[in-house]
Amino acid sequence: MMTVMAAGRAVRRGLFGGVSAGRVGAVLGRNVGALRSGPAYWLVLLSGFFEPLLYLLSIGVGVGALVGAVPVGGRPVDYAVFVAPAMLAVSAMSGALAETTFNVFFKFKYARTYDAVLATPVRPVEIALGELTWALVRCLFYTLMFLVVMVVLGLTSAGGALAAFPATALVGLAFGAVGMAISTFLRGWQDFDLLTTGQFTLFLFSGTFSPVQDYPVVFEVIVTLTPLYHAVELVRGLAVGPAGWMLLVHAGYLVVMAVAGLWVASRRIGKLLLV
Amino acid sequence: MAEEPLIVARGLVKRFGEFTAVDGIDVSVERGEAFGFLGPNGAGKSSTMRMISCVSAPTAGELRILGMDPVRDGVAIRGRLGVCPQLDNLDTDLSVFENLTTYARYFGLSRAEARRRAGELLEFVQLADRAKGKVEPLSGGMKRRLTIARAMVNDPEIVLLDEPTTGLDPQARHLLWERLYQLKRRGVTLVLTTHYMDEAEQLCDRLVVMDGGRIVAEGSPRELIARYSTPEVVELRFAGGADAAVKLDGVGERVDPLPDRVLVYARDGDAAVAEVHRRGLAPSSVLVRRSTLEDVFLHLTGRTLVD
Amino acid sequence: MAGSGVHATVAVLERHLTLYRRLFWASAMSSFLLPVLFLVSIGLGVGGYVGDLGGVSYLQWIVPGVMASTAFQMAVGETTYPVLGDFKWTRGYHAMRATPVRIGDMVAGQVLVMVVRVLPQAVVFLLVVLLFGGLRSWWSVVTPLVCAAVVVASALPVMGFSARIDNDGYFALLFRFVMIPMTLFAGVFFPVAQLPVVAQWLAWVSPLWHGVELCRAATLGVAPPWPVWAHVACLVAWTVAGGWFAMRGFARRLAV
Repeated sequence: MMTVMAAGRAVRRGLFGGVSAGRVGAVLGRNVGALRSGPAYWLVLLSGFFEPLLYLLSIGVGVGALVGAVPVGGRPVDYAVFVAPAMLAVSAMSGALAETTFNVFFKFKYARTYDAVLATPVRPVEIALGELTWALVRCLFYTLMFLVVMVVLGLTSAGGALAAFPATALVGLAFGAVGMAISTFLRGWQDFDLLTTGQFTLFLFSGTFSPVQDYPVVFEVIVTLTPLYHAVELVRGLAVGPAGWMLLVHAGYLVVMAVAGLWVASRRIGKLLLV
Repeated sequence: MAEEPLIVARGLVKRFGEFTAVDGIDVSVERGEAFGFLGPNGAGKSSTMRMISCVSAPTAGELRILGMDPVRDGVAIRGRLGVCPQLDNLDTDLSVFENLTTYARYFGLSRAEARRRAGELLEFVQLADRAKGKVEPLSGGMKRRLTIARAMVNDPEIVLLDEPTTGLDPQARHLLWERLYQLKRRGVTLVLTTHYMDEAEQLCDRLVVMDGGRIVAEGSPRELIARYSTPEVVELRFAGGADAAVKLDGVGERVDPLPDRVLVYARDGDAAVAEVHRRGLAPSSVLVRRSTLEDVFLHLTGRTLVD
Repeated sequence: MAGSGVHATVAVLERHLTLYRRLFWASAMSSFLLPVLFLVSIGLGVGGYVGDLGGVSYLQWIVPGVMASTAFQMAVGETTYPVLGDFKWTRGYHAMRATPVRIGDMVAGQVLVMVVRVLPQAVVFLLVVLLFGGLRSWWSVVTPLVCAAVVVASALPVMGFSARIDNDGYFALLFRFVMIPMTLFAGVFFPVAQLPVVAQWLAWVSPLWHGVELCRAATLGVAPPWPVWAHVACLVAWTVAGGWFAMRGFARRLAV
């Protein structure tokens, strides 16, 4: 039996460069198991969906009634139509970040979950992939519900929603990977204040509530370098339009984020825990 | 006229719903003595302590502390007590020194007085070099000493200590006992709970043994040993298990067979050992020792695990 | 008698100030920087599309709202994790309980420290928005006091809530189903009159809406939607009911 398992492991090592889908799945399974621990985590998970929705209703619909139309790609659209895809991108970002920063940090520092995991054949990169997959599950759960709301409220077409859904997966992956890398650098809870402030600043100034073209030029250039801007533009382009080759640039930015984040995170986890 | 005892309880009862934690106890503690509540977990020691520290109201019976009623005069009484709780509740976000000054202010000490007391007390508990440091990195023994220093900040007449050395290593315990002994010499009345017999023997002038919410014995450690045990105890181990116990009938005053050994309570341990050998028994190990409070305690509260 | 009465309340207040000194920069960031960012993003950014609202610019219109909601958010933030922590993790209230400090001192001291914090914060915020041209009346000087009233009226009920829960997961629910909806729908960003009737009722019940409208009346120099005494009465009602709820919660939790 042992030899069969060892052989299987060797084969998989050859096929996937050492990453075992089974072990990644085990890390993922731990999180699914935690869902059964009680209603508290479930409720927290579920409630996360409401935050961007409330913003959509308040700023998008409430303030939107005062605003009228906003130009998107030279075409005037309803303000709520403008804000909705931004909130969709934000819900992908915050769903992924909540899981990979707060929860990963807690498991890292306090619950010492990974010390126990690394005492088994599971490797750092597999922990990173497992956590990231879980973050992605949470993120897609939010964005799927949010897209349903958008279609119901007439803020996007069914086709737009179908096009935007995979894009939200990319957004979640990119932020999840970077969030995990960041959480390996956090010293304590006080750093979360900094992180939250940073996240909130991105939330306010990424072309979310008003088009970046309105910002002063210097400001606009800075914003175009930040990650949420690309997420918002990608999702908005697919959900509302206009589609263009720029979408590939936005997607490319997010892919680079995901790969770099994952690379740093798995190196850091290994370095911090395998001493 | 003799001074009224600092703490008097008559038929004191504490119930939580259906559960009776303290079931009618009578206690009196005189000024300057060190008084102990002994008992297994769940005996009602901590509930009694909480009533004495005026944070939990008695369900029935009479309780007077410093001549006052703990329910009506709680604030005034608490101003003259020092409390060292079982669970550390130091302020981990404050420095060691600030822990004392902040606490001192709760008693209405002026800022200058609070700083002076804090400095003195840190010397007393040998933590002066940690004054500016954080609480978190302190060892368990240091934290407990800091908590005791904090309990002393208002120069209390009575200091209540709930299991003061639980979870500490031997060195830390001895240092703590030595400091508490110094307090007692200064005339501070100590009231403590413990389930360590050596601690009770070290510190207490007088103690009560509690079990199931009642007091099952009362006296000085020496008196209790004299009353409920014999001067010496012989511990015998047999290679073949404890079957030999039946053949020990009549040796010493009392025979107590345990799963791994047999205890023989005797006035004269060596004579009892001689009797064992005379009966042709060959224990694999023999230990003659003085009787301790532990023997009294186990005799009174039974050997079943309470948890 | 030493330790009783005002002394004990002040001692509790000092304890929280000592703690606050350590967190000053982190909290200054969230309590000062964030509202200004909000003002720039929504007030200037979105405001550019809104134009006038009842004869004033959109920025001027949301300044008082952002101000009151910042005070409200501080009150909620400071009475959730810190309060549960002092019951559950550091057991700070248990330590106080063993001294002459009474439940009333614990609650009052902690609320007062928030008042001490919110007053200078509100003044600094006023000075900044003055540079943006966000104020229209000298009545603006009373807004720090309104913010203090909002803090007291919202902190007390939340303290009562925190004293009754054991799992901090419930805070996520409080934030997402009470705090954030109140911030977003209690007249901070758009008039409550736009809401469906039921939601309007909820807004009228909330302490934040009364604070927002009083601040807005002050900075714009206009009369509030309800008589001033009615707004004040609602804040007082929250304070009294919240105070009772908090005191009972503390007493129960500490009297086990």
